[in-house]
Amino acid sequence: MSDNQLLEQIERYINGDMSLDERKKFELLRKGSDDIEKKVVEHKLFTNLLKQYGQRVELESRLDAIHQEIDVHTLKENLMVHPLWIVQLWRNHHSKISVAASVAIFAVLSVLLFTGKLNNADNSKIVELKNKVDRLDRSNKNLSRSINDIKSEKGKFIDKYSATGTGFAITSDGLIATNYHMVQDANAISVQNADGKTYKAEVLYIEPEHDIAILKIIDKSFEALGAIPYTFKRAESNMGEQISTFGYPDGFPAYNPGYLSSLSGQNGDSLHYKVTIPINPGNSGGPLWDSKGNVIGITDSKQAQLEGEHFAIKSKYLLDAIHNIPADSLDKKIVLNKKNTLTGLTEAQKTAKAKNYVFMVKVYN
Amino acid sequence: MNKELKDSAPTDSEVILGILNNSEIALKRLYIAYFPMVLQLILNNNGDEDDAKDIYQEAIIVLYNKVKAGDFELSSKLKTYIYSICRRLWLKRLSQINRYGGDIRDFEEYLPIPDDEVEEHNDRNIQFGKMENALQLLGEPCKTIMEDFYIYNRSMQDICERFGYTNADNAKTQKYKCLQRLKKLFFQQK
Repeated sequence: MSDNQLLEQIERYINGDMSLDERKKFELLRKGSDDIEKKVVEHKLFTNLLKQYGQRVELESRLDAIHQEIDVHTLKENLMVHPLWIVQLWRNHHSKISVAASVAIFAVLSVLLFTGKLNNADNSKIVELKNKVDRLDRSNKNLSRSINDIKSEKGKFIDKYSATGTGFAITSDGLIATNYHMVQDANAISVQNADGKTYKAEVLYIEPEHDIAILKIIDKSFEALGAIPYTFKRAESNMGEQISTFGYPDGFPAYNPGYLSSLSGQNGDSLHYKVTIPINPGNSGGPLWDSKGNVIGITDSKQAQLEGEHFAIKSKYLLDAIHNIPADSLDKKIVLNKKNTLTGLTEAQKTAKAKNYVFMVKVYN
Repeated sequence: MNKELKDSAPTDSEVILGILNNSEIALKRLYIAYFPMVLQLILNNNGDEDDAKDIYQEAIIVLYNKVKAGDFELSSKLKTYIYSICRRLWLKRLSQINRYGGDIRDFEEYLPIPDDEVEEHNDRNIQFGKMENALQLLGEPCKTIMEDFYIYNRSMQDICERFGYTNADNAKTQKYKCLQRLKKLFFQQK
C-alpha cells in the first residue's frame, strides 16, 4: 500500500466514509501496527490544527473589520493622561534644552575667564581698603580723645582706662610681659607699679597665637628697676607643684597661691597649664611662680571655666617669644636674669620682693 | 459607527450567548464596548494604539475560544476579566521588549490570571504561526488546495473544476502529495 493510499484510507476512516466491512478491516490493521496507529492520530491532530488555524484567521479578519470602524485617533486623544505642558516640553525637547544649557554655561564661564572676573586679585584691594578705613577710624578716635582731653583739662584729672590686667618685668630696663588679648585693641597703654606710679608704655612685640605681648615702658620718668629677683624656667613643671601669682585682680595688688593641676590645657592643648588658683580677669598677664620663685607661666584667666580652674601659658612660650623679638626693635640685646634671689624665702618675703616687678596694665581704647 | 452600538455595552450573558451563536453583532458590541479601556491601559503604559489592538484582539480571542470550548465560567464582570487578561498579556510583552519599568499604571480593578491560561493561548499561537509559515512555503497550487479542502470543506469535485484537473484520481493524488509536503514543512520547524 502506498503512502497516498494509506492516507486516503485514514481520511475515509476518520470521516466515517468507510463501509462496515472496510471499517472492520481497517481497525484490525490499525491494532496490528503501531506505525499506522501513530499515523491515524497524527493525521487527526494535524487536520484539526489546520482547521482551527483557518478559523483563527477568519476570526482575526472579523475582528480587524470591526476594528476598522473605531476612530482610534479620537479615542487616543481623549484617553491619554496628558502631562503638564512643561513636562511635555521637556520630553519633546530635552536634548535640545540640554545642549542649549551647556552652551550657555560654557559661554558664561569663558567670558568670565577672559575678562579676568574669576581672579581673586580684588581681595588684596579689599583688605587694603579695610585697613585704610580702620586707620581713618582710629585717627578719628584719637581726634575725639584729644578733644575730650582738652575739655577735661580744666576739670579734675580722671584716668579713663577701659580695662586692666597684669604684667611683669622681664628685664630691669622696662620690658614687660603680658597677655596679647589685653592689649590687642588698645589705642594707648600705661603701666602702674605697686606703689601707684604710672608710666606710659607701648607694645614692642606680640605673638597672638600664644596670647603673649611684650610691652616697653617709654615714659621719661621711668628709672631702671633693680635686678629682677626671679628667674625663668624653660623646662616643664610637675603636676601638684605649689604655685603662686601676684596681680591686680580689681585694680589693687593681690597675692594668690594655688596648685598646678594639669600639664595640658583645654582638650589637651600643650600651650597651657591648668592651674587651680583663685584669680579673675584682672590677673590676666600676671606671673606664675613655682615654690622656688621661678616664672613657670603667664596666667591667662581669659579661658576660665570652672570655679577656680584657670589656664596659664607655659613659660617656654614666653622665652621663645622673647627670643623672637626682632633685634632692630630693641635698644640692646635682652639678657634674662639667671640669679634667683627668691629661693628659700617665705611666701610673704617673696611677695614683698617680687611685687615691685609686677605692674597693673591699663588699656585705653 | 452605529450610535446604538457605541453607547450600550452588551450585558455579559448577551456576549456569551452571542459568541456561542456566532453572532456578528454581539462580537462587534463586545469589541467596541471595551476597546477604549484597553487602549487607555496600553497608551499610558509605554504602548501605542497598534500594541493596544494586538493585545485587545488576543484577549478577545482567548475569551472567544474559552466560550466556544464551553469551559468559560464567569467569576467576575466580563469587563474585569478582559482588562485582567490584557494587563497580563501586556506585562508579558513589556518584559519581552525590556520596556517594563517595574510598575504599571492601572485604571480598573483586575483579577490574578493563572499562568496556564496565558501559556495555553501562547502555545496555540506558536502552532498557528508554524502552520502559516508552512502554508507559505508550500506555495501554489498546493496552498489553495489545502485551504479549500481542509479549512473550507470544499468537495474534491469543486477543487477539480477550479484547477482544471481532468480526472479525480489525479486531483486526489495531488492533494495527498500536498498534504505530505505540508506535514513535512510543519514538523521541520523547530
